[in-house]
Amino acid sequence: MNLFEHVGKFSRFLILVLSKPEKGKLFFSQIVKEIHKLGINSIGIVVIISLFMGAVIALQTAYNLMNPLLPEYLVGYTTRESMILEFSSTIVGLILAGKVGSNIASEIGSMRVTEQIDALEIMGINSASYLILPKIVAAIFINPFLYVLSVFVGILGGLLASYLTSTVPLSDFIYGTQFGFIPYYITYSLVKTVVFAFIITAIPSYYGYYVKGGALEVGKASTKAVVNSSILILLANVILTQILLK
Amino acid sequence: MIRLDKLNKSFGDLKVLNDISITFEAGKTNLIIGQSGSGKTVLLKSIIGLHEVDNGSIFYDDRDFTALNHKGKKEIRKEMGMVFQGGALFDSFNVEENVRFPLDMFSKMSEKEKNNRVSFCLDRVNIQNANHLYPSEISGGMQKRVAIARAIALNPKYLFCDEPNSGLDPVTAIVIDNLIQEITKEFNMTTIINTHDMNSVMEIGEKILFISKGYKAWEGTKDEIFNTENQALNDFVFASDLFKNIKKST
Repeated sequence: MNLFEHVGKFSRFLILVLSKPEKGKLFFSQIVKEIHKLGINSIGIVVIISLFMGAVIALQTAYNLMNPLLPEYLVGYTTRESMILEFSSTIVGLILAGKVGSNIASEIGSMRVTEQIDALEIMGINSASYLILPKIVAAIFINPFLYVLSVFVGILGGLLASYLTSTVPLSDFIYGTQFGFIPYYITYSLVKTVVFAFIITAIPSYYGYYVKGGALEVGKASTKAVVNSSILILLANVILTQILLK
Repeated sequence: MIRLDKLNKSFGDLKVLNDISITFEAGKTNLIIGQSGSGKTVLLKSIIGLHEVDNGSIFYDDRDFTALNHKGKKEIRKEMGMVFQGGALFDSFNVEENVRFPLDMFSKMSEKEKNNRVSFCLDRVNIQNANHLYPSEISGGMQKRVAIARAIALNPKYLFCDEPNSGLDPVTAIVIDNLIQEITKEFNMTTIINTHDMNSVMEIGEKILFISKGYKAWEGTKDEIFNTENQALNDFVFASDLFKNIKKST
């Protein structure tokens, strides 16, 4: 199947997914479940990765900017900017594309090959909307919180690394995290996070929903889902950066 | 009653169903039999609307399913129950939740009424003390029975079963066959069963459609099978020595 066929098929898929849910009450309870599954269960990995990345960013900045002409608070400033602008949105997005994306593709793919999706269709239920819309809505809702958490934990990681290795005085690091703050960068990154949340859930759902065959094909669909959603996140990152930071 | 009128279905250049016409009556267990690859699964999936037919009509009690729009088809689907080959129970739901699911989606029952209906359906298929078990925790036979309970939860007019006793031991297979036949009579449903199990044919085949290479090759009852001159049907039904001997003895 070529790219244009995929785009057409994905558009038709989205029309199915974005149609009105069968029962509002059931839909909201599914969203809560998905928030737990996709968001709350990802807090651990987001915290661990953000903490260490923040620490590494601070240390690398400190070691590369050892120059008496450069103020030490630049370490705190760079850590904050790196976390806000790129790491907490894009890198966390890529990590979640692996964790959440493979989970979604294999879950929906397994439902397809074991005829559970057919069972929903026979009951007169729009299976695409029933299964996938709650995932998309949940991710769009919870991922901005993960982003904010990642920023804070990353800066904390940088601060701890700087303090524990005595590379930068604590007061300088804290001053750097407050220096030259541009609130719009948060808006820019939140927009990116929401777009990435859509990609992380919709693309793997698409690959899982249309899987044909058995366990082997489910595995292949899962791999394709992770690879393609990661590529799309990087592409969307470039496009959104050009549009929003122009 | 479900009536098929000159049903045709192709996948690309491959013609799978050719001018299939038949009437499946209510209150009877109607069987579709045929060799693997003969087109019986495609026929069943076309009847329930999982495959779009190329031409021909499917009538559900004089309602032309093929001519209906999406909303109309959806309404008829609420009158259908389906038992899939593997059960197709929802992995993330336990037994009770699986049976309850169609009620949550489509009924206006109170919680108490739903609980009563779930208990009734599970009792009807002889499932006890398994309400909180998940599909992976129960046997294949139990999965099939839970699938039947889910299929009858909304009191459907039409019941479809795709190889309901495949992978089951002979005793459990007969239990499932008899259960489907009892339910069909009890609720006066139009039941269509897709099978290649000859025990099922001899046990519950009140009306049998034999498909060969995508064509309707024969239709009749289980008693008529013994006297048929249809070579393809004879080759299929009496392939084993056991059934050859049964035929000789009759």
